[in-house]
Amino acid sequence: MRTKQLSSLALVALAAATTGAVSGPAPIMAGSITGTVTFTGTPPKMRPIDMAKEPTCASQHPTPVMTENVVTGPGNSVEYAVVYISAGDAGASPAPSTPVRYDQKGCQYVPHVLAFQTGQQLEVYNDDQTSHNIHPLATVNPEWNKSQPPGAPPIQASYTKPEFIAVKCNIHPWMHGYFAVMGTAHFATTANDGKFTISDVPPGKYTVTVWHEKFGTASQEVTVGATGAATANFVYKALPY
Amino acid sequence: MRTSTPTMVLASGLGLLLVLGGAVPASAQETVVNGIHGDAARGKKDYRRYCVGCHGPDGDGQGENAQWIDPKPRDFTAAVFKCRSTPTGTLPTDDDLFNAMSRGFVTTNMPQWLPLPKQTRVDLVAYIKTFSPRWKAQGAGTPITIPPETPATIESILHGRELFQKMECWKCHGPAGHGDGPSASTLTDSKDNPIRPYNFAAGVTRFMCGETNRDLYRIFMTGLDGSPMPSFVDNIKPEEAWDLVHFLRTLQPLDTPEAAVWKAWLPQHASELTPIGPPVGQ
Repeated sequence: MRTKQLSSLALVALAAATTGAVSGPAPIMAGSITGTVTFTGTPPKMRPIDMAKEPTCASQHPTPVMTENVVTGPGNSVEYAVVYISAGDAGASPAPSTPVRYDQKGCQYVPHVLAFQTGQQLEVYNDDQTSHNIHPLATVNPEWNKSQPPGAPPIQASYTKPEFIAVKCNIHPWMHGYFAVMGTAHFATTANDGKFTISDVPPGKYTVTVWHEKFGTASQEVTVGATGAATANFVYKALPY
Repeated sequence: MRTSTPTMVLASGLGLLLVLGGAVPASAQETVVNGIHGDAARGKKDYRRYCVGCHGPDGDGQGENAQWIDPKPRDFTAAVFKCRSTPTGTLPTDDDLFNAMSRGFVTTNMPQWLPLPKQTRVDLVAYIKTFSPRWKAQGAGTPITIPPETPATIESILHGRELFQKMECWKCHGPAGHGDGPSASTLTDSKDNPIRPYNFAAGVTRFMCGETNRDLYRIFMTGLDGSPMPSFVDNIKPEEAWDLVHFLRTLQPLDTPEAAVWKAWLPQHASELTPIGPPVGQ
């Protein structure tokens, strides 16, 4: 079956890429989708966070940090947008065996949005001198709430269903973050320049979706052709509220 | 299945209603409490009589009374429950649901349903479990293992006090457990409604999920899902947890054995205690 050939060739490309021993150009079967997420209009202003209630964290930020609901960069770029293939993937991808790391540092979540796959191991670290409680507000997956004192070992968890999960700490109400639990291996989170690259995409027709916690979602059809490269840019309409 | 004619008529009539309402599956997970089997079809009738006003016809906590009461009624479709003997993120057992319903929730509008016959309450548990697919998909969690309670000595109470400081319970509950910690005023539940932490020193001596030492043990070792109260099971050893229970009892205006030990010890030794709260220098 064509699907099996594509999958095995994609696996070869993936294996070659991970061993770092790619001889010659990457096979065209491993295409990619790149793009930029930007906005037009005026986005809401971010506000400085007052951490006076937690002196051990306030002392880590000589200038207060700003809220992170909308983080923008040069050229009206949007950071922390998650771009992923929502339709067209040939079958589910097994979760990577490497865990992903989520840090509570300076009473902030680092990274603000963490994208990982269903079944992939998540490890939450407390790097601060204060306790945090890690409370992912899942609705499709089970909601749990665990305390993590300073010096405690990382909390390990995983999720079985795709979902965008808001994460909060009840002790420190300004802490907000997200888990983007993906049902596909084809996803990327935009950096401050708004750029993303989804790699190892076999040729085919796909629906690519972008998610942002404030701007919402948008989708477009993308065809990865024989040349292996496709582009998908997203432009959000921003309002100041 | 029952075979008497009136019940069959009722069941098929209810079955039609339920198919339209999309509620009771044909082979719902069994509900058993103390040997009594719950019947979800019968439970639905009781639900419509006793529960629907707050919890709503769809079990989502949007009954017609909901807009005027605080805290809001439980949303059974979310399948997130405060009072469990099972770990955080898992579903309660049938016993947990039965006990919560029978006991009611002090300081809320959820009354004690103890006056209802046991069979009725078990039927209601069976029906409540039909509001979320999670009951069939995952089923109830495994209750945590609770070791036998250790003696309530002064050493146990003092160790519990150290835990209260170290686990930073005081951040929400306050240094004397008055519910006035630095984070108390900004607490919100999982639906973003403001919520207050338990005030140990107030006249309300029953906890949200019971009144015994064992109930108290379970509260912080499983957390109150859907609320800011997390589970401390990863950070407190089971034997140590009893020490914290004993200390928490000394914060309450009750004549408990723990309070007696504490009151006897305190006058000569109060000056030895380091205050609970932020480390000195902050």
